[in-house]
Formats: sequence, C-alpha cells, structure tokens
Amino acid sequence: MKIGFYPGCSLTGSSREYNESLLAIAKEAGIELVEINDWNCCGATAAHNLNKELSLSLPARNLAIAESEEMDELVVPCAACFNRLVMTQHELSEKKDLKKVISEKLQMPFKNEIRILNVLQFLEKHIVPRLDQLVKSPLEIDVACYYGCLLVRPQNVMKSERFEDPMSMDTIMQKLGANPIDWPFKTECCGAGFSISKTEIVGELSGKIVRNATGRGAKAIVVACPMCHSNLDMRRPAIDSYLNMKMDIPVIYITQAIALAMGLTPRQAGIQRHFVPVNLTVNR
Amino acid sequence: MSKIGVFICHCGENISATVDVARVAEAAGQLEGVAFSTDYKYMCSDPGQTMIKQAIKENGLNGVVVGSCSPRMHEPTFRKACQEAGLNPFMCEMANLREHCSWVHDKSEATTQKAIDLVRTLVEKVKLNKPLFSIQVPVTKTALVIGGGIAGIQASLDIASAGHQVILVEKDPSIGGHMSQLSETFPTLDCSQCILTPRMVEVAQHPNIKLMTYAELEKLEGSIGNFKATIRKKAKSIDEDLCNGCGTCTTKCPTKKIPSEFNTGLGMRTAIYVPFPQAVPNKPVIDKENCSYYQKGKCKVCEKVCPTGAIRFDQEDELVELEVGAVVIATGFDIMQPSGFPEYGYGKYKDVITGLQFERLASASGPTLGEIRRPSDGKIPEKIVFVACAGSRDPAKGVPYCSKICCMYTAKHAMLYQHKVHHGKSYIFYMDIRAAGKNYEEFVRRAIVEDEVNYIRGRVSKVYEENGKLIVKGVDTLLSAKPVEIEADMVVLASAAVANPGAEALAQKMHVSYDSYNFFSEAHPKLKPVETNTAGIFLAGACQAPKDIPETVSQASGAASKVIILFSKDELSRDPLIAVVNRSPAPVFSTCVGCFMCASACPYQAIGEELITNRQGKVIKKVAKVNPGLCQGCGTCVAFCRSKSIDIQGYSNEQMCAEVIALLNHE
Repeated sequence: MKIGFYPGCSLTGSSREYNESLLAIAKEAGIELVEINDWNCCGATAAHNLNKELSLSLPARNLAIAESEEMDELVVPCAACFNRLVMTQHELSEKKDLKKVISEKLQMPFKNEIRILNVLQFLEKHIVPRLDQLVKSPLEIDVACYYGCLLVRPQNVMKSERFEDPMSMDTIMQKLGANPIDWPFKTECCGAGFSISKTEIVGELSGKIVRNATGRGAKAIVVACPMCHSNLDMRRPAIDSYLNMKMDIPVIYITQAIALAMGLTPRQAGIQRHFVPVNLTVNR
Repeated sequence: MSKIGVFICHCGENISATVDVARVAEAAGQLEGVAFSTDYKYMCSDPGQTMIKQAIKENGLNGVVVGSCSPRMHEPTFRKACQEAGLNPFMCEMANLREHCSWVHDKSEATTQKAIDLVRTLVEKVKLNKPLFSIQVPVTKTALVIGGGIAGIQASLDIASAGHQVILVEKDPSIGGHMSQLSETFPTLDCSQCILTPRMVEVAQHPNIKLMTYAELEKLEGSIGNFKATIRKKAKSIDEDLCNGCGTCTTKCPTKKIPSEFNTGLGMRTAIYVPFPQAVPNKPVIDKENCSYYQKGKCKVCEKVCPTGAIRFDQEDELVELEVGAVVIATGFDIMQPSGFPEYGYGKYKDVITGLQFERLASASGPTLGEIRRPSDGKIPEKIVFVACAGSRDPAKGVPYCSKICCMYTAKHAMLYQHKVHHGKSYIFYMDIRAAGKNYEEFVRRAIVEDEVNYIRGRVSKVYEENGKLIVKGVDTLLSAKPVEIEADMVVLASAAVANPGAEALAQKMHVSYDSYNFFSEAHPKLKPVETNTAGIFLAGACQAPKDIPETVSQASGAASKVIILFSKDELSRDPLIAVVNRSPAPVFSTCVGCFMCASACPYQAIGEELITNRQGKVIKKVAKVNPGLCQGCGTCVAFCRSKSIDIQGYSNEQMCAEVIALLNHE
C-alpha cells in the first residue's frame, strides 16, 4: 500500500527521530510512505501572519503535488504543518472564488480533494488494526499522553468532539500495553514559538506540564508534535530552572513508543537523539 | 365580467428595495379584467385599507388582489377591509411578494418579473372565486393545560377563575416544576416554595380544575374550539381514592438508594415515593423501574404496611379521551448536562455541580437542609467558583443563545453562599453580566458591593483536582489581563437552559412548530408571543424560550387571557375552505359515483354518505358527503377522487388550473 508523505522541515531537522520511527513502523506494517516530490515549506507561523494568499498557496502547492502523484491520502506528521494544510483545504473548499485565485497562482491542476491525515489519524487507520500482530514487547509503564494545541483543533474543521479532553493517543497507548494516566494537562500550551524568543515562558508553561505528569506517576510523556517535543525535551534546562529541581521524565513520540513495542531497536526508533535520556523499563 | 383591483404594497422597503413595485402595479393594470391598480407604502395601515375600500366602492370592484406579505400575516386584515366595503371577503386574495419574492431574491429585472407573474396568477384565480360564507362551530369551553410548573399553574388558575373548566396534565407525580426545586428567588430573595406551594394547593382545591398528575398527552386531534385529546394516565400503582398520604409505605420501602430527581441526584429516594414533602397531590407513586417487586417479583412491603390497602400492583396505564376547546403548552425547560465539557470536570469530580444542584444545596427543603456543604465529604466550602455561560453562548460545544436566567441566579447563588458562609470567598467567571429587568442590576451590584462577590471577566479553561482542591484555571481579561488560578473547594456551573427532551415529539403530536433548538415557536415574535401557528394552541413559560419566573407568569396569564377570549363566544367562525362534493341538476344529481375512496383517505373521518331521494322518498343515488365541522380542508380526498367530484372551496381544481396556466403563459 502506498500513501503520500509530507515530512515538513522539522522531520528533516530537529525531529529526525520522529521521521525515522514513523517510517520504521510503517515498514513493519507493510505500508510504503512515499515522500512527495519537490515539496515546499507549509508556511508555518510566518506566512499566515504576513500574507493571506501566500499562507494558502504554499500548502496548496503541496496538496496539488500529492494529487499529481495520484495519492489518495497524505500523511502529515508535524502538527503545525498538518494544521496549515488542513486549514488551507478547508478554507479553499468553503470559498470557491479564493480557490480559483490560488489555483491560478499554482499553475498546476488542483482539485483539493486529497485526504490529509495527521499522525494519530494515520495510526488509527493503518497501524492500529495491525497492532495485535505487531506488538511484541508491550510497554508496561504509566504514560502521560500530551496532545498540545494543534492536533485536535480547530474544532469546526477537525470535527473532534472531545477537543478539550482527547482520547485517541490514550487508546493507542493502551493497545501497546501501557497505562495512560488520567491527567488535566493534555491540551495545555507548551509555550510553542516562545521557545526561541522568550524561553523562560516555555520554562514555566512546559514546566507545569512536566511537573503534573511526573506528580501523577507518569514514567514518560508521549507526544505527536515536533514543537511540543522540543519544548518539553530540549528546553528541559529552562523547565528545571523554573521548577527549581531536576526533572528526568523522558519525552517520546508516539511513533517511537510503537516502534519499541513492535520490538524494534532503540536506535531504529531514534531514541538516542533526545536531550533527556530515555531509559524506559521496557521488558526484555 | 371581472372588475378586479390590484394593490401592490411596498412593505416599507421590504418589497420595494428589490422589486420595482410601480412597474408591478402598472403591469397588473394592463391585465384583462383588472379595473384598478395601484401601489402604496403600507397597504396594511389605515390609509392603505381605506384606499382599498374606496377603490371597491368607486370602481364597483368584484375581486381584489393584494400583492404584499404572506397571507399568514395579513390575509384576515385585507379580507376584513373588503368585507367592510361590501365585498365578500373570500373575493380577496394575496400575492405573496415578500416571503416568496423580495426577501429571497436580489434586486433585479427577474425579481420584478417574478412579482408580476405572482400577481397575474392570483388575478386569474380571483376571476374564478365565488363568494363563500364562514362556518359556525360550537366551542367546547374546557382548556387543556400541559405541564404543571409555575406556567401551567398560573394559566390554569387564571382560566379556572374566569369560570371555565381546566384539565391540568403533569408528567411527574407532583405539580410544581422547576420552581419547586429553587431555593430563594431573585431579585427579592423570597423563598421559592413559600410563594409557590400555596398556588399548588389552590390548583388542587379549585372546583374548576381537574388535576391529572403522572399523565402525558398521547394524541391530539381536531381543531380550535373542538380538540379531542387522549391522555395517558401512567399507572401509579396506588388507588388514589383509598390512599390518605400517610407516608408509611415510603418510610418502609426497602429500596432506598435511588437518586432523587427532585434533589438532582444529591439525595436519595425510595421506589414508592412522593417527590418532596410539599408535593401536590401528596400521594405516592411506585417507580416500576426501580421497584424490587416489579423487577424481581419479590417484596410487596408497601402493600403489607399500607393501612388503607391502597397499593395496586396490577394497575395499568389508562387512556382517557377528553373534549377540549383550547390547549396551553407549559412544559418548561431542562438543564443541559455539562458532560460535553470535560474541561470543567463535571461527572468526574463530585464537587463540580450544576446551578440547579446548588439550588438544592441552598434550599431549606434540600438534602443539606439549606446548609452549603460540598457533595464529596459534606464539608462547608471555603471557596466557591461559579462559571457563568457553561454551555450558553457557545456555538462550538453548547448552545449559541443566551439562557437568560444564569446571570441573575449566579449572582443569587454567590449572595446566598456569602450570607450562609460569612468567611467564605466566592468568584464568578463571566462573559457579560446581563441584568436587564426590574431591580436586577441593583441586585447584581449588591452582590458585588455588599456581599463582596469577586466577579472575574473571563472564561474558565480547565478545572482539575490536585491535593483535594479543585484548581480552576481561567483568565481575567480586564485591566490585569492575565491567567488566573483559583484553588476552590466547589465549582458551580451555570449550565445552559435547553428544551425538554420530549419537546420535539410533543410538538409533532400537536402539529405546532418548533425552532432548531426544539423550543416551541410563537406565531409572531412580537405581536403573537403566546399563540402558536396552530389556532387554539397557546404557549406559556420556558417551553418557548428560557425565561425567569416573572416573565413566565406574565406569559402564562397572557396565554390564559387568549383562552378566555376564545371561550367568551359560544360559537366560532371558521373559514369555509373545506371540501364539498358537487351537486348537479337531475338526472345526474352529482358526478360522485359513490366509491368512497375519499372516505378511506380522509385523515379526519369527515366523509360520510348521503342518500339522494326522489319526491316519493325513493333512494336514487348514494353519494359522499363532507361533514363541514370535521373537514380540515387538507385536500387528500380531492386527489383521491376518480370522477373529480370533490373540490376544496376557494381552492378548486379549476382555480388551481387557472393559476398554473397563467404562470405558464409567461410573456
């Protein structure tokens, strides 16, 4: 089975392990994720703060490329890229005039009909049904599933019913043998882009998340967004200084958790790339 | 020879903004048979009506077409004007240029052309109109009031005091509704039960009111003045005549752990129960779902202890048919369960409760006898956070409308708490404070200034438990504009007021319209607030939209006065727009062949048979005959008739054809 794949910049840089683990589990499940040709930036935060048409054209071009490669589905693992692509699709399907304008800019055929999947939707649809056979070493630990802001929002586009208390990641973790804890910080803000400009804010916001997860007994925080990951993992010094204590809870991508449960080596899952050492008491 | 007058209304700008009304009038003037044509800004106003009357007299008009709004709005107005000028009112027709044309199209040549077409079709129809005369039907002077909350109670008492019979139907074992659950009422803080229970007793004792509790409407047929209602009296499993309300059964019943509906789950009740001590009637019912005897076939303790032998396990639901002339719907509202808001933790944390639950905690008749104690451990909370708009004004997850009562009851809740727990602290997160009403704003001010309730303008994003406290995360959006965290002992959610779960089904049973939120629709938002679109059925209270007590009582009295007006006459005029079977000269007598397909199709059982006899009394022919008292003019029989022998008066096949042909003969 072939599915389109849009990595975006993070997966080729700071969150390479997300990329590696996703491709590794897809391979195990017999799914080929085909990176679309000549993809470009999703526009990120910058484009939609500066130029409306640019913020729509950039994602639209990626969608059009995937269509030209005859993909029915496009997997977008980065939550921010996913948000830009899905918002573009939504806005252009609502506003036909705008779609015409953008299509002219693209100078390529653009139907705007491809199905965009974030990582959780991809896992639910293609990996979870095969998990029963693929899980070899269940993760028997308490985990805190952290969704952040963009995976389940905006509500009117994502049609998510429980966007204040999502459960999809928890369900998957349960299937891996882990015990997802009940905690209130699933969708709290991690500080997002303040990572660069006001790191102390990230220290405070992410610090509260890390403290709550630890306090409720979690042995790892599971994420599905490169931004969340880098704030909770890479900004651990800022977090420790806000909390005035050293926190050692590791932060892993859900794809890494699946890879480990499938029995892949920590290196195949890219575990060695984290700032906070990952030392899960995975059995065997 | 037709001499028709055409009157085109601008409806202020409602029609004239998109339709060239002068052109419509001019084009109508060119039509064959039109003797007079004009346009005017407000045709329904006094000068407009005078213009119609004058034109009829001066031009000897024998037909009128008014091109204006929907006939639902002003057909009676214009027909009456025509009648006053000596024309049969049924010679007047309306072309709906507003709802069917100007409101739904942009300004364009095509829009004007459509208006001309609409007028032309009606002109062709009027040419075939015949004078018709109203049908007189007797009025059954008994009112059916559905719902025994304060709205139903007020409406029943008013109608009964005017000397008419009232049947009050309540689905629960007692009347009283939500008002009986409330503690004190805003803005005067008088005790809800103290002002309500005397009225409940008055209902029970009024000679003109027949009270049917634990009963629901099953079916409603007929029309204004003559409805036939079928009521399902649910089996109470007791003989009400024998029961003296001593209460022995309710104290001895071994099934004691059923969450009490009256106490919103904060207290328990038994399987045989009276909802609350002041209930009317003060006689118990057996809740079959929870009774051990009905569920497991064993127990019968109540039967053993009953001193009068009033328990009847074999009692069955009873269907009662009633003849009534008018219906008042007063079925009230419900509280939205805040389970769709997992961030508030309702259902997860025991000390996150709804406003209605807080009413029970604050009420002297409640589970804590009026002491504010939190449900989890019974401790007196030191800090309470109230969340206003927990579901209201929230198109994403709740309801988009304002529930109207929450600003006031939340201020009242905080005030009651401060009065009872002097050292306590209360916080109210709000979007806006909507305190429009007599003495309402002053009441809220009092809460802020005298009782030192902390109002925080902003929303709550999350409630979670940590170390036995409820952490409320929110934001203060005013000057300080910063995130707020409060460690509270209890959180009260002002959950949205929504329509009752059974409202939609009830509306369909009664053929009254309802809005997208399942609240019953009034006939006109300003001028007919207590009428429904179905004549003879009226609305009172929160079943129409969320309302507070004063407003509910006013509307109930309004609905009652409408019923009393209806009952002030012995007979009612009905439009003669009913089916008739044609008659023709001998030897045919009628084209009806007596197949009676129409009778089998008629949903109102309005078609019987008629024997046509000769002078010697010998039966020559058997034909169908429509009972004008029962016929509703639906036209089903017309469609079924094989020999085209039935027509609806005022909407005959011939007239409909003329309209269609006029439309098709578009130039």
